[in-house]
Amino acid sequence: MPEIRAPQIPSQKLKTPAAQKPAVPAVPSAVEPSLVRRFLLARGNSAFADRGFHWLMVLCALSIFGIVALILWQLVLRSQLSWHAFGFRFFYQSFTNPETGKPMYWDPVNSLFSAVPFIYGTLLSSFLALLLAVPLAVGVAVFLTEMCPRALRGPLAFLTELLAAIPSVIYGLWGVFVLVPLLREHVNPGLIQWFGWTGLFNNDNPTGLGFLAAGVILAIMILPIVSSLTREVMTAVPHSQREAVLALGATRWEMIRMGVLRNARIGIVGAIILGLGRALGETMAVTMVIGNTPEIHRSLLSNGSSMAAVIANEFTEAVGDMHLSALIEIGLALFIVTIIVNAFAQLLVWAVTRGAPAQTH
Amino acid sequence: MSTNNFPLRSRLRALTDLAVTGLTILATVVVVTPLVAIFAYLVYKGASSLNLAFFTQIPKPVGVAGGGMANAIAGSAILLAVASAIGVPIGIGGGIFLAEFGRGTKLANAVRFTADVLNGVPSIVMGLAIYALIVVPQKHFSALSGGVALGIMMIPTVCRTTEEMLLMVPHAVREAALGLGVPNWRSVLSITVKTASPGIITGCMLAFARVAGETAPLLFTALGNDFWSSSLNQPIAALPLQIYVYAISPYDDWHRLAWAGALVLIVLIVLAVSLVRYVTSRGVLKGAS
Amino acid sequence: MGVGIEVTNLNAWYGANHTLQDINLNIPASHATALIGPSGCGKSTFVRCLNRMHETNPIARVTGSVRIGDLDIYAEAKPVEIRRRVGMVFQRPNPFPTMSIYDNVAAGLKLNGYKNRRSLDEIVENSLRNSALWDEVKDDLKKKSGASLSGGQQQRLCIARALAVDPEVLLMDEPASALDPVSTSKIEDLIFQLKAQYTIVIVTHNMQQAARVAEKTGFFLNGRMVEFDSTHKIFTNPSDKRTEDYITGRFG
Ligand SMILES: Nc1ncnc2c1ncn2[C@@H]1O[C@H](COP(=O)(O)OP(=O)(O)O)[C@@H](O)[C@H]1O
Ligand SMILES: [Mg+2]
Repeated sequence: MPEIRAPQIPSQKLKTPAAQKPAVPAVPSAVEPSLVRRFLLARGNSAFADRGFHWLMVLCALSIFGIVALILWQLVLRSQLSWHAFGFRFFYQSFTNPETGKPMYWDPVNSLFSAVPFIYGTLLSSFLALLLAVPLAVGVAVFLTEMCPRALRGPLAFLTELLAAIPSVIYGLWGVFVLVPLLREHVNPGLIQWFGWTGLFNNDNPTGLGFLAAGVILAIMILPIVSSLTREVMTAVPHSQREAVLALGATRWEMIRMGVLRNARIGIVGAIILGLGRALGETMAVTMVIGNTPEIHRSLLSNGSSMAAVIANEFTEAVGDMHLSALIEIGLALFIVTIIVNAFAQLLVWAVTRGAPAQTH
Repeated sequence: MSTNNFPLRSRLRALTDLAVTGLTILATVVVVTPLVAIFAYLVYKGASSLNLAFFTQIPKPVGVAGGGMANAIAGSAILLAVASAIGVPIGIGGGIFLAEFGRGTKLANAVRFTADVLNGVPSIVMGLAIYALIVVPQKHFSALSGGVALGIMMIPTVCRTTEEMLLMVPHAVREAALGLGVPNWRSVLSITVKTASPGIITGCMLAFARVAGETAPLLFTALGNDFWSSSLNQPIAALPLQIYVYAISPYDDWHRLAWAGALVLIVLIVLAVSLVRYVTSRGVLKGAS
Repeated sequence: MGVGIEVTNLNAWYGANHTLQDINLNIPASHATALIGPSGCGKSTFVRCLNRMHETNPIARVTGSVRIGDLDIYAEAKPVEIRRRVGMVFQRPNPFPTMSIYDNVAAGLKLNGYKNRRSLDEIVENSLRNSALWDEVKDDLKKKSGASLSGGQQQRLCIARALAVDPEVLLMDEPASALDPVSTSKIEDLIFQLKAQYTIVIVTHNMQQAARVAEKTGFFLNGRMVEFDSTHKIFTNPSDKRTEDYITGRFG
């Protein structure tokens, strides 16, 4: 039985809060509530304000759907002209140049429009970017999560963050004045000499602009996002997975390959696709280095254009309603494609990181 | 695993390990190099072109030496003010919904997902939509349309960081406020949001830094302007827009101004990112239990 | 002044989990009532039903009636109104981390729109005095944040915060379980003083604590109230076998 000790009654006399308030009688009684109590009783229950606030916040959240709907609606509306003129052929048709007899895709003066060269340029430059960026990004992520000395990790992560924060137009500036001359003087001649036989590197464009320049600049631009997302999914792999592999006597690389990369592969694919989404829609830097010619060439050193670049380049100087409408239709296609690509990537990344246990290290 | 005993095989494994380590280090170097190159070149070119006139004068006509980007800096400030006035409150409101009202609901998941997807929509598309929505009916380019385009781009980022920061506020703090009979709206604004405010401000600054350098959505909304303008109804200059125009021009003088503008822009953005990093590394919710 | 609480046929659920089953009891005005029982038996749930804090959890559900004074809190009022009259002190001290000591105490009034600055100063001082914290903090009321205090001080700050809105009932959910023995005994002394003015309901799984501060004690087990009687009776001569087993330490 626990001992029951009589509580000590403190000697100090308590003052009631009400007793010190001049506005209230010295001896408060149950029927005459204190000043504070009277105030609070008169205060109302705020049910109206609460409901209003709730709905206001819901409205803010719904605005996200509103924005997507608005973009879609406006783009569909303003591309009607071109859609009615060309239909779905807009995305695969080509015309013939009456003088040279060669295929031709984009002739604003004669109102002949086809998105083919821009789709080609977008896909080619994005593909090049992924080819260059993905191995590097995964390498960096592996280095940062598994091998990097702790002291280096912070600064390197900060550098990647900075790289991601540099505006597109500054990459473009750098591309125009540093990268393109570099490619022109030092890289392209070598490529032409050694790999010219593949047909991918023709010596017909002395400017240094073109698909390759666009691909390289895009690669630099999507590196940070791919590598930081890869890092995120890799850290989400539970430690038990690594330990299980290490316990079998694996080397560090085997541990990374079997314990980490294998478990994170869906997320890494997600990160890559997200990078692809960025590359597809990247505008300014590409516009500044791709050459802005609506043509299709096999050679990576040729001038070309991309979906985003042609909009940026021609929109304010469009020569007629049909031209505007065609550009907007390209924008619509870009919007739909990037939405799908991003949604898909997001699902993959979520699949990996959401079920991840809380990080204790 | 008897194969483990063969010395040749185990040496091969050790070699692979070494090679991979080397490769990842190489990758890191290859990635860091362009960044350093970009920065070094930017500082070198920018600093040598930067002078007082850059901050005080407006562009001179072609062929006339000198001139600056004062109007572009002011224009960017106006555009960003409009953008923040739209993007910050709506974004924070959306974040409050996700963290305080919608937790675990289907609607919240859908909003979160859409926000992340919207974040990846190319900015030029945003420009097109705002062109169609505002510029076409008004029949002229305007600062307002540029600001709206940037503001809409801020919403998803602000919304998602606000949500993340609010989720870090301990549940006990909310209970303390509600337990005092404080109305929910007041508790959310004065307690939860206020407790998370360093983190939320951080998120807003990141969104701000991101749209500060955006060019594509301004091309056919704000359009650009060679003169002073502070009217929301007129085309207006913007720093990134001016950099673009000057960069693709054939004049050396203008190239120099473009580099100077790029340096100013990047310094602003690096400052914002560093500040953000400093705040977050100090613990977003300092003092929270 | 405190008012009595009359609980009739109270049932509570978390989702499908029937957490409280048919609780009936009368809590006397201006006394301290202790609730004891093994962990998970529903004590916290019960006190949260007394100021409708239960409802902040979306999966929670309640039936039955609770009268505080002459007000049926489920039928005749909104949660915010109840919570202004029924203060609550939680298991872990939870001062507002970004607010000064002063603002913490004044929070309940300020956030409810109370603007009278002069009387606010007075109320803050009285509340801190009543929670035996005044002497320790009076010099840096507006300088220090609530979170900079020690655990025991934080809990007394939370009590002061609850007292500042002049409640009629004070609910305390294991207010000392996260504190050291010295702080615990300070809180107990405090409860002893406060019960002259407020109806106090204190949850504890420390039986000595219940014995020291409360006139009445209720024993909860698996969501039911097994026995409710004077503290003396519960601890010396319980009528239910399960109560006896619990207080003699035979289980739990
Ligand atoms: N937020 C909650 N969600 C779901 N079930 C809960 C929640 N809180 C408590 N419970 C359940 O309600 C029962 C009573 O819990 P509680 O009232 O906290 O007990 P006590 O305070 O006596 O330890 C427990 O079985 C617990 O699992
Ligand atoms: Mg409990």
